[in-house]
Amino acid sequence: MATELLVGAFATPEALLAAARAARAEGLKVRDAYTPFPVHGMDEALGLPPSWLSKACLAFALTGLSIALGFQYWVSLFDWPMNIGGKAFSASPALLPIAFELTVLFAGLGTVGTLLVSRGLLPGAKPSRGGLGATDAAFLLALEVPAGGPAALKAFLTEHGASRVVEAGGAR
Amino acid sequence: MSATASALREPLIDGDKGYARVTEDVCRIAEGTPAPSWYAGLALSSAALLTGVVLVVHQIWTGIGVWGLNKTVGWSWDITNFVFWVGIGHAGTLISAILFLFRQRWRTSINRSAEAMTIFAVMCAGIFPLIHMGRPWLAYWVMPYPNPMGPLWVNFRSPLLWDVFAISTYFTISAVFWFVGLIPDLATMRDRASGLRKTVLSAASLGWDGSHRTWQHYEMVYLLLAGLATPLVVSVHTIVSFDFATSVIPGWHTTIFPPYFVCGAIFSGFAMVLTLMLVARKVVRLEEYITPRHIDAMCKVILLTSMIVGLAYATELFTSWYSANQYEQFAFLNRIRGPYRGYYATMVFCNAVVPQVFWSQRARRSIPLVFCVSLLVNVGMWMERFVIITTSIHRDYLPSSWAMYHPTYVEVGTFLGSFGLFFTAFLIFCRFLPMIAISEVKGVLDYAKPHHGGKHGH
Repeated sequence: MATELLVGAFATPEALLAAARAARAEGLKVRDAYTPFPVHGMDEALGLPPSWLSKACLAFALTGLSIALGFQYWVSLFDWPMNIGGKAFSASPALLPIAFELTVLFAGLGTVGTLLVSRGLLPGAKPSRGGLGATDAAFLLALEVPAGGPAALKAFLTEHGASRVVEAGGAR
Repeated sequence: MSATASALREPLIDGDKGYARVTEDVCRIAEGTPAPSWYAGLALSSAALLTGVVLVVHQIWTGIGVWGLNKTVGWSWDITNFVFWVGIGHAGTLISAILFLFRQRWRTSINRSAEAMTIFAVMCAGIFPLIHMGRPWLAYWVMPYPNPMGPLWVNFRSPLLWDVFAISTYFTISAVFWFVGLIPDLATMRDRASGLRKTVLSAASLGWDGSHRTWQHYEMVYLLLAGLATPLVVSVHTIVSFDFATSVIPGWHTTIFPPYFVCGAIFSGFAMVLTLMLVARKVVRLEEYITPRHIDAMCKVILLTSMIVGLAYATELFTSWYSANQYEQFAFLNRIRGPYRGYYATMVFCNAVVPQVFWSQRARRSIPLVFCVSLLVNVGMWMERFVIITTSIHRDYLPSSWAMYHPTYVEVGTFLGSFGLFFTAFLIFCRFLPMIAISEVKGVLDYAKPHHGGKHGH
């Protein structure tokens, strides 16, 4: 992707939030923000929909639950029924602990796996915006350069308190 | 970060720090040369670990007849140590998950090391049932895997099998939770590193760049993991207690066990967190991050859980009296007056009496006193598991089979070895990974500022 980006570095999360809100209000295209910790209010400022990972988590949890219950019932009722104290082969309460544990295991591993894969967080992945300090103390705002060129955008970022403005390629 | 502090809220982190300062303070521990005390600690703990390894090899080679067990007492130090270590792990999950859900933001200074402690404690715990199997190279038999014997499946109705699933799920989810929390901080360290260190950290930090679009999903995942880990941690010690509660042994066969065990686990775990943190904050100079306020809050948790545990002791006694069942009554009278009465008295003293000093704020803020109490609670909680396990079985239904249990040097050395493993792992963690959750601490730096919480309430 060849879209050019301008990245402004801010010193505080408040300045970043204000700049992001102003950029959206002025109709500028905000690619992303890069921060050392999650800045609250940024979701609205960037206009992001709520994360869909909670739905993925539910799906994984139900998968784990069905596998655990299904397997235990299959073993207890069909594959190798065992008479334990004369109880019914389908006696369910004793199957719940393992059903619960596997629900949690599938949900946890599945959700984290989905996060890592969907966000490209994999060994060998190259971080974007390296060297600008977004993992330390800088709060970055990446704006897409409009057709008219970067000059107006640079002025916008500086006006909103960016201490440093850098041009960058648009990958990711 | 100069700000007018609010009159209502004390800041969580002392020293009026900026973001860059937090990065520097935490990363320098892992980047610099360790203090001589670190090497001394590592030498001591790895010596203990080595002792344990030698003895474990010895007992697997010879067979567990080298233990002090006999035909009446079939479970003693091994299972005591297992329950002890699993219990210690619980505080880490409580701090990282339950306090997160309750929006207790002071947890950010201690959650990373408490989670590390959880993982190492569960590793120590896992060793004991593994050795107790006698033939640990067949340990995979506890898993339902397709085999040529039918296939013959494990018994899904056995609490011991529930334990296998509970402990392995707990270990996996704790490790994943810990790693997810580490990713942003590994990236912070990566961006300061060079050479081999940078290569390793680049691979481990998975290309993390602090993108808000990632943060948004990351926060959701963190919340979900906390929501999953909370019932999980309760289920783990509940299931551990089922190992006893579903039996028909007087003294084990009680419905109070699940909540009693879970509270005891949190109690002992917080004591271990305090023991570790009080030493660590001094050695690596993190007093401004782990402040007297954190210690005060942990002491309050200890006080609360101590009283729940004390109430459980009293409830057990009342129930055995009220049951009018002579076996049940004997089991408890034997605990109090029998040959193991010293263990029982120590247990009650350390767990129910000593922590009462924490009603006083001066006691909660006196570091030496808190340290002593935390050690005593660790001792008391080990005694509790020994009392529950051993005194309930050493005097069987038939007086002819009554027996005493005495550990041999093998059991004592193996227990010492588990401490060696725990502290060695913890010291290595302190040396190479960020001990404090950098990104989370940065998020609470403005905790005491008046504007905090305005529009996006926490």
